[in-house]
Amino acid sequence: MAGLNWTSLLSVIAGIALAPLLPGIISRVKARFAGRRGAPVFQLYFDLWKLWRKGAVYSRTTSWLFRAGPVAGLAAAAVALLVLPFGSVPAPLAFAGDLILLAGMLGLMRFMTIVAALDTGSSFEGMGASREAFFSALAEPALLLALGALARVTDAYSLSTMYGALSFGHWWSLGPVLALTAAALVIVLLAENARIPVDDPNTHLELTMIHEVMVLDHGGPDFAAIQYGAALKLWIFSTLLASLLLPVETGMPALDFACTLAGVFGVAALVGIVESVMARLRMVLIPQLLVSASVLAAVALLLTLNPVETKAGRPAFKAAQAGELQRPDSAPAQKADGIDKPTR
Amino acid sequence: MFIDFILVLVLLTNLKLLGSSRLGACIRVAAIQGMLLGILPWWAHGHPAAFRVLGVTVGTVILKGVVFPWLLFRALREAEVSREVEPFVGYVPSLLFGLGGLATAFWLSTRLPLTSAVHSSLLVPAALFGIFAGLFLIISRKRAVNQVLGFLVLENGVFTFGAGVIGETSLLVEVGVLLDVFVAVFVMGIMIFHINREFDHIDTDRLSSLKD
Repeated sequence: MAGLNWTSLLSVIAGIALAPLLPGIISRVKARFAGRRGAPVFQLYFDLWKLWRKGAVYSRTTSWLFRAGPVAGLAAAAVALLVLPFGSVPAPLAFAGDLILLAGMLGLMRFMTIVAALDTGSSFEGMGASREAFFSALAEPALLLALGALARVTDAYSLSTMYGALSFGHWWSLGPVLALTAAALVIVLLAENARIPVDDPNTHLELTMIHEVMVLDHGGPDFAAIQYGAALKLWIFSTLLASLLLPVETGMPALDFACTLAGVFGVAALVGIVESVMARLRMVLIPQLLVSASVLAAVALLLTLNPVETKAGRPAFKAAQAGELQRPDSAPAQKADGIDKPTR
Repeated sequence: MFIDFILVLVLLTNLKLLGSSRLGACIRVAAIQGMLLGILPWWAHGHPAAFRVLGVTVGTVILKGVVFPWLLFRALREAEVSREVEPFVGYVPSLLFGLGGLATAFWLSTRLPLTSAVHSSLLVPAALFGIFAGLFLIISRKRAVNQVLGFLVLENGVFTFGAGVIGETSLLVEVGVLLDVFVAVFVMGIMIFHINREFDHIDTDRLSSLKD
């Protein structure tokens, strides 16, 4: 808990408070593209408030698993938020290997949703659970490989130190690696959050839905927990992507914070644009898309493992890593490599 | 830096070729790959304005980016085959093979003793991966057009290797290789046309059961 400070806490509070804004921004962007005015940006807050005041109805065939699912899923998402850095602002909880915890918590959240869906005994929900398990099994390697490539680039094994060490200098010296990682993360974001090329959150045709079909039997506060958990998950992935695309480090935490916040909202707008210009892929093509995300992330990881000597002396990747390690004492020597990280 | 960028794009075009299901898209991607490799010696060489480097660049871009796609599209149109690749090995396994091939290429590049230093640490892996991908495309796809594409990708892999050390090889060798490839693609285009006219298809797996 060494890194606990007020800005870290603020980033978690921002996540908890602002996450329901992201689906609002996405639907607003989609409405703009369609020429409509669209629902208010705060719609999900109203929905959550409405659902929270309702009572829940439980089928007699369900067990405690069905009631535990939404709560455990929301709790898992909240724990994942605790290890999530916000741009260069470190997370309240940081330790070596916390990226595995992040992936594990998202996996636990998914598992609880799937178990709750299977508990109802509905064939539709079973179908949705099967699809969710299949597609997320393909998306998870992509996420872990992408985070692994980032860990390799920054030579750190904690999300907070990884994202803290990232700078625009890395984009200059290791552009291809970071671009491939970002591309893989975009695909994982769209797949994990049931967004359009993979799943259509608006359709009410059970045959084509994945995520929505699993939560058909939940109502009232349980459904609110599920929707809020989904918003938190979208926040987590958007933050991972925005912090990678905009590794700002001005020295002023407030300014860094504002930039990353703008980046997160920008990612939400980007998702809205993707949803507006693309159609949902056929179900058989989705595994191919997810495998290509894994392949992109794996290529990024392979590129960082490349040790051949070049004419310029040391290979760019090694030089970048060395620059990262020796930065404070050998500052002028590393300038030539294009790494211009301000010393903190 | 720019060389790394181009080489990564070449790696990605190879992966796209392995995962793509449309013949037309494959031909276009192979053309883009050829053009990317065409401008590679221009960046790799110290003096971009040198006549021979410029000659190889312009020749490669025109040949691989314009002439080959045109020849292949013409063969495709005359053969009037369906637009599907029809693989023996599916697209996802092909992509995974590509990943394995890439890992092997990176590993091999660390084991190869090079007599002269290369411009980019990605050059040797990219060249080896191009060769692997080309060979895999030749053996894993049914359409004869794909065999030509596989041959082109294979040649692109060899060219990648040559482009990195163009300072050491002579212009004559590069131009000779380009001419060879041109003739090969030209002849193969005519072959596809004749196979199609004789047998009404260009599926290589059905050709193996022919008797005269």
